[in-house]
Amino acid sequence: MSDVKIKIKDRDGVVHEVDAPTDMNMNLMEIVRSYELAPEGTIGICGGMAMCASCQCYVESDHQLPEMSDDEDAMLAEAFNVKENSRLGCQIHITEDLEGLEVELAPES
Amino acid sequence: MIKTDILIIGAGPTGLFAVFEAGLLQLKCHLIDALPQAGGQCSEIYPKKPIYDIPGFPEVLAGDLVNNLMEQIKAFQPGFTLGERANTIEKLDDGTFLVTTNKGTKHNAPIIAIAGGLGSFEPRKPLINNLSAFEERGVAYFIKDPEVYRNKKVLIAGGGDSALDWSIFLADVASEVTLVHRRNEFRGALDSVEKVQALKNIGKINLITPAEVVDLKGSGKLEAVVIHKSGDKDEEIIKEIDEFIPLFGLSPKLGPIGNWGLEIEKNAIKVDTFDYQTNIPGIYAIGDVNTYPGKLKLILCGFHEATLMCQSAYQRIFPDKKYVMKYTTVGGVSGFDGSKKEAPKSVVKSID
Repeated sequence: MSDVKIKIKDRDGVVHEVDAPTDMNMNLMEIVRSYELAPEGTIGICGGMAMCASCQCYVESDHQLPEMSDDEDAMLAEAFNVKENSRLGCQIHITEDLEGLEVELAPES
Repeated sequence: MIKTDILIIGAGPTGLFAVFEAGLLQLKCHLIDALPQAGGQCSEIYPKKPIYDIPGFPEVLAGDLVNNLMEQIKAFQPGFTLGERANTIEKLDDGTFLVTTNKGTKHNAPIIAIAGGLGSFEPRKPLINNLSAFEERGVAYFIKDPEVYRNKKVLIAGGGDSALDWSIFLADVASEVTLVHRRNEFRGALDSVEKVQALKNIGKINLITPAEVVDLKGSGKLEAVVIHKSGDKDEEIIKEIDEFIPLFGLSPKLGPIGNWGLEIEKNAIKVDTFDYQTNIPGIYAIGDVNTYPGKLKLILCGFHEATLMCQSAYQRIFPDKKYVMKYTTVGGVSGFDGSKKEAPKSVVKSID
């Protein structure tokens, strides 16, 4: 299994290109945390249960992402700064299909 | 003034278990929590989620874990100051600490254990420009006393359980209840969703979806809100109301503890792993709120930290007492309520 390259724009507008492993059962929120692209305590607060929206991000590339679960959809309906391309990072599992994915972290709320 | 041996800030699983370990050492505890109930995140965010890594519990719901902890510590009669946030700390001349909450409740103890998790839960406020200008003047994020809303025109925004449940409750109290949500779908207990539907059908709840409150109007006090309703044709609705209650959940903030002079790193309090003491002697930090090399934010790690913290606290309070840790299988558990639990004695009897 190999890594995929993902571009993540942090909350200060800085773009980071990082290697994300596809064989570690990780999601996008955890990738952001592992590279410390957002301060601890401001992302992944609920641990990845789609219950806090602290890992909201905007998907900027046209990758085919897994469909939203009802939980994710409902959480985004209550979150702020939500756009058409908003997703919760914790619900995006890292797979080989995500090579070249580009995302931007939504503001902290 | 509330006096205790160990003042625990945060009534999540780690804080609750600390009461047990302290109790075994005959130390009394009092807990402060900003939430109205004990249990921290387990009760507030995910009571119905199963946890699989509590030793000895192949599977336990977060809410049940909290109930079990409350049962386990009952005999040690912990005190609780709930719904209040620890605001300030002061070191007194006798070396003890004085902690005052946002509501002015004073607590005095020689030992402080911060078990604050990710911080105190603060309401998530919608992004409306002039929102803060109307706080306490028609805008509230918590419902403390429903009677405040009697015969008032109330507008609730949000799509989760609390928005649904309070709409149902206030339908019988307020003169008019309007519920605004960005979607047509709500996320809540089926029973609550159905009740709101029924109340809407008989005209007791006025439902506006998909819509969002975008502006507030009033001079000195809230008088009306501007609602943006989307649909085939977007429209702006100006609605006269007395009270606006946005219920968009809670988000944890380290808050005032961040200004207590404690060494902070990555939104957490640095501790010495010898006994989880902070840079201020007598103040400990346990559970998710602390950080040290190799830290893992796990409930089971919080339990361990609470246990070591209590041993160190005992030494601090009684520096001259000799003490060795006793197993509960040997010493049993003697509650402050006079209860005593211990292993049944085996009999020594000859068999003919």
